[in-house]
Amino acid sequence: MQSNELILQLQQKNEKAFQRIYEMYAENIFGVIYTILRDETLSEEVLQDVFVKVWNKADSYSEKKGRFFTWILNIARNAAIDKTRSVAFKNLQQNQTADYFVDILEEKSNFSNKMDAIGIKKYINILEPICKKVIDLLFFKGYTQKEASEELDIPIGTIKTRNRICINKLREVLEV
Amino acid sequence: MDIKQFISSGILELYVYGALSEKENAEVYNALKEHPEIEEEVKEIEKSLMKLSAATAPYNPESVFNRIKEKLNFTDNDVDVIPITPKRNKWPSYIGWAASVALLIGLFIQFNKNKDLRQQLVESQIEQNLLEGKINVAEEDLSKAKTLLSVLRDKDILQIPLQAQEIAPTAYAAVYWDKEKQTAYIDVAGLPTPPPGKVYQVWSLKLDPLTPTSLGILDKFTEEETKIFSFTNPNESEAFGITLEPEGGSESPTLEQLYTLGVVES
Repeated sequence: MQSNELILQLQQKNEKAFQRIYEMYAENIFGVIYTILRDETLSEEVLQDVFVKVWNKADSYSEKKGRFFTWILNIARNAAIDKTRSVAFKNLQQNQTADYFVDILEEKSNFSNKMDAIGIKKYINILEPICKKVIDLLFFKGYTQKEASEELDIPIGTIKTRNRICINKLREVLEV
Repeated sequence: MDIKQFISSGILELYVYGALSEKENAEVYNALKEHPEIEEEVKEIEKSLMKLSAATAPYNPESVFNRIKEKLNFTDNDVDVIPITPKRNKWPSYIGWAASVALLIGLFIQFNKNKDLRQQLVESQIEQNLLEGKINVAEEDLSKAKTLLSVLRDKDILQIPLQAQEIAPTAYAAVYWDKEKQTAYIDVAGLPTPPPGKVYQVWSLKLDPLTPTSLGILDKFTEEETKIFSFTNPNESEAFGITLEPEGGSESPTLEQLYTLGVVES
């Protein structure tokens, strides 16, 4: 998973280290961006911007701030949300009925990791609606606990534990 | 701190989401640095979330990387990432290099020494050949001298000194005559070197009447270092004479050119 040596080499502007980082994080970050934008072309554009930023701003990452994945995740969510304000995004006559990541997963058939795909398909089938919403807001959209509690109209004190239960189920099916 | 309670509170999931306040974030960071099981839990949560979000990607965006590389003007020069290992002690390699250099110098010195020795060997061989030649010459000379000595010591040999004549007052010669072996040895060390185109001729003489018989010419006068020549002499010689004659010798002696003359005393 997270390799501090690799991150150090990235911060020293090693191109090969950057490529490794890309290989590790590109698909999952692309997934987060796509969950927000629902458009492949725009998502690729944002993905590109995100990793350019990762290269240019690598220095600003510090282990004390959090996980490296979390750092990229924040950049990606912010870039994707910025994109939703663009003319290009607004011109998409898209069907905005699919609000949650779950909808993407239900529609999707071509998973690059077949093993995980089986687990994840199974996961979304057993997942409670509230879990779908909590994970969507907190993880994919980057809401704070307060924002999520207001959006979902549930007490802020229960957000953390409820989310934990949702994620535990995911880990069960993925055997992580 | 109750680790189990901390983990089950759900704070770690929000930590990976990036949904915590700065204060809570620092709290989690300190906790996971202190407790490996908390860090382990964080890694597992992260892993499951990475898988979940990867699953929501419409495809693996591998091709986008080339566009990013172009945008960043990558040189593709960087060496492959290698895991950081403890710094290797470089001494063995230094010693290795030093040893190679020393060996090379040693070989070079040996090579030069070898070259010198070969050169010396060749010179020695040449010198040896020269010395061998000299020894051969010396041995030859020695055997000649021994022969001469034995001739001189032989009591049966007649010694006939040849006296100088008018034409060359300082010239002298000697004949050692072994009557039995019919051999005459002529010592001409006391004769001047003949002028070009001329040669000494040795004569055996009968005195009454004067009858000269040629014993031979000294055409090797200058080459023969001992200046002693041997001739067959079957004659009943009563005297010996040496004249200077034109090259090739003459039928009869040119008496005006008589250099030395000696009578056999009987």
